[in-house]
Amino acid sequence: MSDAASGSALVESAVVGRVLDAALGRGAEFAEVFVEDRRGTSASLDDGRVEELSSGRDRGAGVRVVVGETTGYAHTADLSEAGLLVAAEAASAVARDGTGTRTVALSPSVAPRPYDVTIFPEDVEKARKIELLERADDAARSAGSAVTQVSAGYGDSRRRILVANSDGVFVTDDQVRSRFAVSCVAVGDTGMQTGFESAAFTVGFELFDTVDVEEVASAAARRALAKLSARPAPSGEVPIVLASGSGGILFHEACGHGLEADHIAKDASVYVGQVGSLVASPLVTLVDDGTIGREWGTFAVDDEGHEARRNVLIEDGVLTDYMWDYLRARQEGRHSSGNGRRQSYRDLPMVRMTNTFLVDGDADPEELLAQTPTGVYVAKLGGGQVNTTTGDFVFGTVEAYLIENGRLTEPLRDANLIGNGPEVLRRIDAVANDFATSPGTCGKDGQSVPVGTGQPTLRITGVTIGGTAGD
Amino acid sequence: MTDTQTADKVGSVDDLLVLVRRVADQARPGEELEVYASRGVETDVRAYDGEIEQLSSASSAGVGIRVVSSLRQGFAYAGTLDEAAITETLAEARDNATFATPDEHLGLARPDNVAPAALDLWDEALGSLPTSAKVEMALDLERRVRGGDPRVRQVDAADYGDVAAEAAIATSTGITATARRTICSLSVSAIAGEGTDSQTGVGFSAGRGPGDIDAERAATDAIERATRMIGATKVKSGRCVVVLDSRVTSTLLSVISSALSGEAVTKGRSIFAGRVGEEVACPLVTLVDDPTDARAFGASTHDAEGLACRRNALVDAGVLRGFVFDTTAARRAGTVSTASAVRGGYATTPVAGCRALLLSPGSLDADEILAQVGEGFFVQSVTGVHSGVNPVSGDFSVGAEGLMIRGGVLAEPVREGTIASTLQRMLHEIVYVGRDVEWLPGLAAGQTLAVDGMVLSGA
Repeated sequence: MSDAASGSALVESAVVGRVLDAALGRGAEFAEVFVEDRRGTSASLDDGRVEELSSGRDRGAGVRVVVGETTGYAHTADLSEAGLLVAAEAASAVARDGTGTRTVALSPSVAPRPYDVTIFPEDVEKARKIELLERADDAARSAGSAVTQVSAGYGDSRRRILVANSDGVFVTDDQVRSRFAVSCVAVGDTGMQTGFESAAFTVGFELFDTVDVEEVASAAARRALAKLSARPAPSGEVPIVLASGSGGILFHEACGHGLEADHIAKDASVYVGQVGSLVASPLVTLVDDGTIGREWGTFAVDDEGHEARRNVLIEDGVLTDYMWDYLRARQEGRHSSGNGRRQSYRDLPMVRMTNTFLVDGDADPEELLAQTPTGVYVAKLGGGQVNTTTGDFVFGTVEAYLIENGRLTEPLRDANLIGNGPEVLRRIDAVANDFATSPGTCGKDGQSVPVGTGQPTLRITGVTIGGTAGD
Repeated sequence: MTDTQTADKVGSVDDLLVLVRRVADQARPGEELEVYASRGVETDVRAYDGEIEQLSSASSAGVGIRVVSSLRQGFAYAGTLDEAAITETLAEARDNATFATPDEHLGLARPDNVAPAALDLWDEALGSLPTSAKVEMALDLERRVRGGDPRVRQVDAADYGDVAAEAAIATSTGITATARRTICSLSVSAIAGEGTDSQTGVGFSAGRGPGDIDAERAATDAIERATRMIGATKVKSGRCVVVLDSRVTSTLLSVISSALSGEAVTKGRSIFAGRVGEEVACPLVTLVDDPTDARAFGASTHDAEGLACRRNALVDAGVLRGFVFDTTAARRAGTVSTASAVRGGYATTPVAGCRALLLSPGSLDADEILAQVGEGFFVQSVTGVHSGVNPVSGDFSVGAEGLMIRGGVLAEPVREGTIASTLQRMLHEIVYVGRDVEWLPGLAAGQTLAVDGMVLSGA
């Protein structure tokens, strides 16, 4: 079933061609049809019980029409030619006055997957998915009697897309993702604490050949247990050591969003006009790469039909380029960088990150820590948020320790850190050689997409941490 | 069915009701079925630099089916109201139910003879508003902000948006209900600055229909919030009284609401578990969740399981009175549903949650509270709420920008700070609750709130 499903067209190319012709009919400069068929399964265990297995399907198409600086968009869940033509008509309403007859010549292609899927999730017995949850529950509870609550979630999705546009692009992609996450509550004398861990990759059920759900569960439980004896985090500016893979979210927020071309075009980023300038410590080389096999933000083509690429954003501290979607790139007369993404067929694409990471330096991670007399060691970051215009961003710790005399001492309660993007990037004074990644979900303008982040162990000379402990 | 048909039909929920009833009636002996169908249309217009940047018209419809059989639950959904897809979805939900762990508390809602409040949450004027008028509202909003103050150097988004949505639910246990609502909003983000300093401010106005929204107010708000932050610097760390802007208070109440969920409580995941009857806040705090209050954006005649929404008292003069429950969480806790089931749409199952939280207003407005506080920090906006607030442990640490309060009035702007405490401590250290109640989109009203003993971190 899997192979047949991936080989069949979501919509015939002749139909797509006629829909594009109709979308261009009022004199638009550009038209695009995006078709999506997404199936997914999720299962959850909580309070010792498998609570629910859920499955569903969403499919539909969106038609985009560009006239001058204006974009029109409409979508439909009806993939018949009649349904698509209605959407084309609605989207092209932005081009009221024009007329035109253009015929689009499409050259169908299938984008090669940047990874192999060996076990499609829909071919796996539901009972096997459930069994993973039960194993995780057992493992988390056996981590310590103070673990009082465990919830575990399994999720898989298969997203087939077709993108065709008036430039002749006609391409399909078949994206398979699998995810497993555990969160725990532990109770002690000081109240309750939580711990979370997840594994998420752009692969099929073979994820569980390499990811041990017991280890995911133990990590979540260990995090909650460690914080039972945690003291409040400090308040004020402190040196920070970020553990390898603990949170490339730092770069995602400190500069990733600020390097998205839509913010740049509107002068809503601190990085406007900075290409060619030193914007970070020379130790910083930052890459956004949608081609890395298996990573959470990986795909063959983006949601505008452009191949994923490896884009160097900052090289040795110097800003080399922004990230581009097709619309912005077209306005600037350059190529898309393969960063046009959307949550679903209901949404317009925009500039989004893929897998954004800091590449290895040459410091030894243990020496780096030993050479840090005082500060905070962040073993795991939660989420973050940025105001691209001011560059101010926050990122939260979910596992952190005090550093005293170059050694980890007491665990710290959760806190947010706040910094200014360019300032924090300049304050990176050591980068180790132990690169690792972690998955995340990025939200922008109400749309969520899967992204990867990553970094080796690194040190920042000073960041404001928002704890409650006085100095 | 096409979405154009969907669009034409929104506003006549009867056919949805026929559909869900017909499917719910297919329940087999020993099986409970819940069928939920929803449909909506949306328009979004974004103006930029005097032109329309984006015009998007969206419509969607879908069905979610929950099966409880042999004390096990299964769920499936489809993003269409197509007959064949619904048949497939029902079969899938039944199959999914065979994999869950039996749970004696599971079950669907049953009629409880509470009559739904008479609420008018649907503005017919929205349906007859032409797209050209929506476009003009977005353009007008952008013009007002660009022309409103010479220090405004950019308007990166000026948006008009509307939604008309309706849903129907039927169960094999005798529930039949419908709900519908419209929302219309303007939102604008201004960038103001002098020299190399740029600051941002967001303004909005929202209501049930086009007659309820006020472009001038949204514009003035965005301009004021951006311009008063110009020249902001970092502040020295220390403990102080913070005064929360009404939007920030609404956010804080939303976070607290997750600890008031009966499900979180029964599963030992709430700071309030086991504390009913105890003082969890200072006596100034009286908190209700009342979805029958038509002014609330979350107002609704029915909850997500089809029971009539009702007013639930949660905290009375600082004493915890109760929690919000859906049917299953209530059975687990040995009580009855408070008709507080909420759901994110057809693709998810109902959970317990608040819709319309309101703190009983105090006697002072914002300026009077600033005057009373004298010295402190006024918080205009917070960031990192999802990463820095833990409703299980109570730890609270968020990014904050705003203005210092000196001599009882707003003084110099502050950026790149954090405010921190714990939720438990903050509830006890509330010193003033504003009388300036403002209904905001989301699940909680806003008003000025002053909280003592918070740590402001900066340089």
